[in-house]
Amino acid sequence: MSMTTLLAFTPWPSVSAVILLVLLVAALYFARGTAHQAIHAAAGALAHGLRLASHSVAHAEQRLAARNREVLLAAGREAKERIVEREFARVGDTVRKDLAGYPDMHRRLSEAIIRIEEDQEKAVEVPPEAPGWVKAVEVIAKLDTGNAGTDILADIHKSMVKAHAEAMDDYRKASGERHALLRKMMPDWRLIQQTLAHVQKSVESVIARALTIDRHIEEYDAIVRSEDRAHSVLSSSSIVYFFVSALVLAVACAGAAINFTLIARPMAEMVGGTSFIGSWRTADIAALVIIMVEISMGLFLMESLRITRLFPVIGALSDKMRVRMMMVTFVILLLMASVEAGLAYMREVLLRDELATSSLLRGDNTGSMVNEHLWITTVAQMGMGFVLPFALVFVAIPLETFVHSLRTVMGLMAIGVLRALALILRVLGNGSRHLGALAQRIYDLPLFVPLWIETRMAAAAAAEEAASMHESVGAEPWQEAQS
Amino acid sequence: MKRPLVLLLATVAALGACGAPSAPRNTGVYLLIDTSGSYNRQVAKAEQIILFALSRLQPADSIAVARIDTGSFTEKNIIAKATFDDRPSTANQQKRAFASRVTKFAEQSTPAAFTDITGGLLQAIEFLNEKRTGRKEILVFSDMKEELAKGYVRNIPLDFRGFDVVALNVTKLRTDNFDPREYLSRLETWRVRVEKGGGHWRVINDLDRLDGLL
Repeated sequence: MSMTTLLAFTPWPSVSAVILLVLLVAALYFARGTAHQAIHAAAGALAHGLRLASHSVAHAEQRLAARNREVLLAAGREAKERIVEREFARVGDTVRKDLAGYPDMHRRLSEAIIRIEEDQEKAVEVPPEAPGWVKAVEVIAKLDTGNAGTDILADIHKSMVKAHAEAMDDYRKASGERHALLRKMMPDWRLIQQTLAHVQKSVESVIARALTIDRHIEEYDAIVRSEDRAHSVLSSSSIVYFFVSALVLAVACAGAAINFTLIARPMAEMVGGTSFIGSWRTADIAALVIIMVEISMGLFLMESLRITRLFPVIGALSDKMRVRMMMVTFVILLLMASVEAGLAYMREVLLRDELATSSLLRGDNTGSMVNEHLWITTVAQMGMGFVLPFALVFVAIPLETFVHSLRTVMGLMAIGVLRALALILRVLGNGSRHLGALAQRIYDLPLFVPLWIETRMAAAAAAEEAASMHESVGAEPWQEAQS
Repeated sequence: MKRPLVLLLATVAALGACGAPSAPRNTGVYLLIDTSGSYNRQVAKAEQIILFALSRLQPADSIAVARIDTGSFTEKNIIAKATFDDRPSTANQQKRAFASRVTKFAEQSTPAAFTDITGGLLQAIEFLNEKRTGRKEILVFSDMKEELAKGYVRNIPLDFRGFDVVALNVTKLRTDNFDPREYLSRLETWRVRVEKGGGHWRVINDLDRLDGLL
């Protein structure tokens, strides 16, 4: 039904339009209550649903946060246990080493002290003899013997000078012997000093380790008690580890790419240059497989050395088995590194061959000229081919850190996403409620005329009612008085 | 019980998809050299083209060089042919040997009385179809003026589906200078013939710009 036919039920379209408008407004006015209820119910249901979804997402976020916290604390606890265990092992090594040498050290100290005591006893100074001639000289000097006394005194003087000279000689000799004994004591003193210095160093080392252990134990204690500070420290550490390990892994990937370039071309000589698996050249896949096997061997080697702990099965092996595994993986790595060095050499040979062929086909002779320094690049390529597999072994360390920190970072990201989702759902829920109210107002907008009339009528009715109430209130006391 | 079976089937299907023989990726090149009359002087340029083609070809590609003379639909006209080995080093050796054979031919080429281009194209189609290469290129080094000896029937349809036909160094004849329409109509005739046979036609006259070739 077109608008023209709709407006044709009276001869005047404008009159028809007005009649239709009045009818529409009347219909809307009479359906107003139901429509408002419907809008309110729909908006309410939507808001309720969104709020419920928001609560659910928020609850999931809390559960995830709690789970992340548990995992992070467990990982931190494990890491701390490893650190403390290692510190104890170091302390144990120090103590074992020092205590193992203690009987020898004690014997050497005792011997040195005994030697010093003996030497000291020997070096005791003998007091000089008291002069015995003084009184005799006084007596002879008092005697009146003429010149005979003078002769006697001269003889005494001579004897005294002689005795003095002998005494001085003896004294010097004794002093020399004492000094010699004291000199002999010097090495023993030095030995004692050195031994004590060594003891002091060991003790200080043990004290330092003890302090470190104390610090780690405090941190471990905080982790065990699930303190917020410990959690935030672990969380921020995980993020830092994540980025650092990602950076190192990127560097390792670049190294692997160089390694791949070194061996991909000569691999074509081994497996053919034109066969494909899917859309990949078989030679490229073979080169990639070699690199992957090298990285795997590196992982196993690191696991066997207990540097990383990605595979608990390897860590749980007996020491004998681990050593065997270590040797096997190392031998395989060595073989692969040698193969890579050979392939790198082959690459250089192939490149030269290709260059010579190209120059021949181009018709110039420059390609066939031999550069005498080309051996440098050949050796460098071979060296890289040999070294890179061993360098890739160390990828295991950042890989382990990356894997462990990835869990935390992913958890944090998931928490952020869930939190944002809960917020959006809550905002949408509130918005839908307000939208319902807005829809009710918009519904009322074309009904402003009947609504205005309704309001006026309601006001008039209210005024009339108030007046009748007033009259009835005013008449009541008179009726009471009459009665 | 069902689950492992499904997994096994999926694995087998995946392996089958990986191991399925994929479409060949190698290239086959058949180069026809016109040795008729005065065009025989251009053989040195043809040698350059062949060497260029050799430098662009990869292991497992195929190449053949044949001359166009009075009767070209014969294997005797093939000067040299090779399918390069899978290994790059062996392919390089083959390329060098091929280049020496072509050089020898360029030195000893003698002019032919007639020009059987269609016969050469038929031979090229047969050779490349036999090689089953992924990409098939026929390079025609000629002035594209066909002159058949008496008794040779060549008005037969050619199946160029999957072929790229490239006319190289299409020189202008003395008569083309008088009436260029002859030259243009000659090229147009060949274009129509190739495209009617399902092939793709190209003309390269500037031999210094062969980058688009192969």
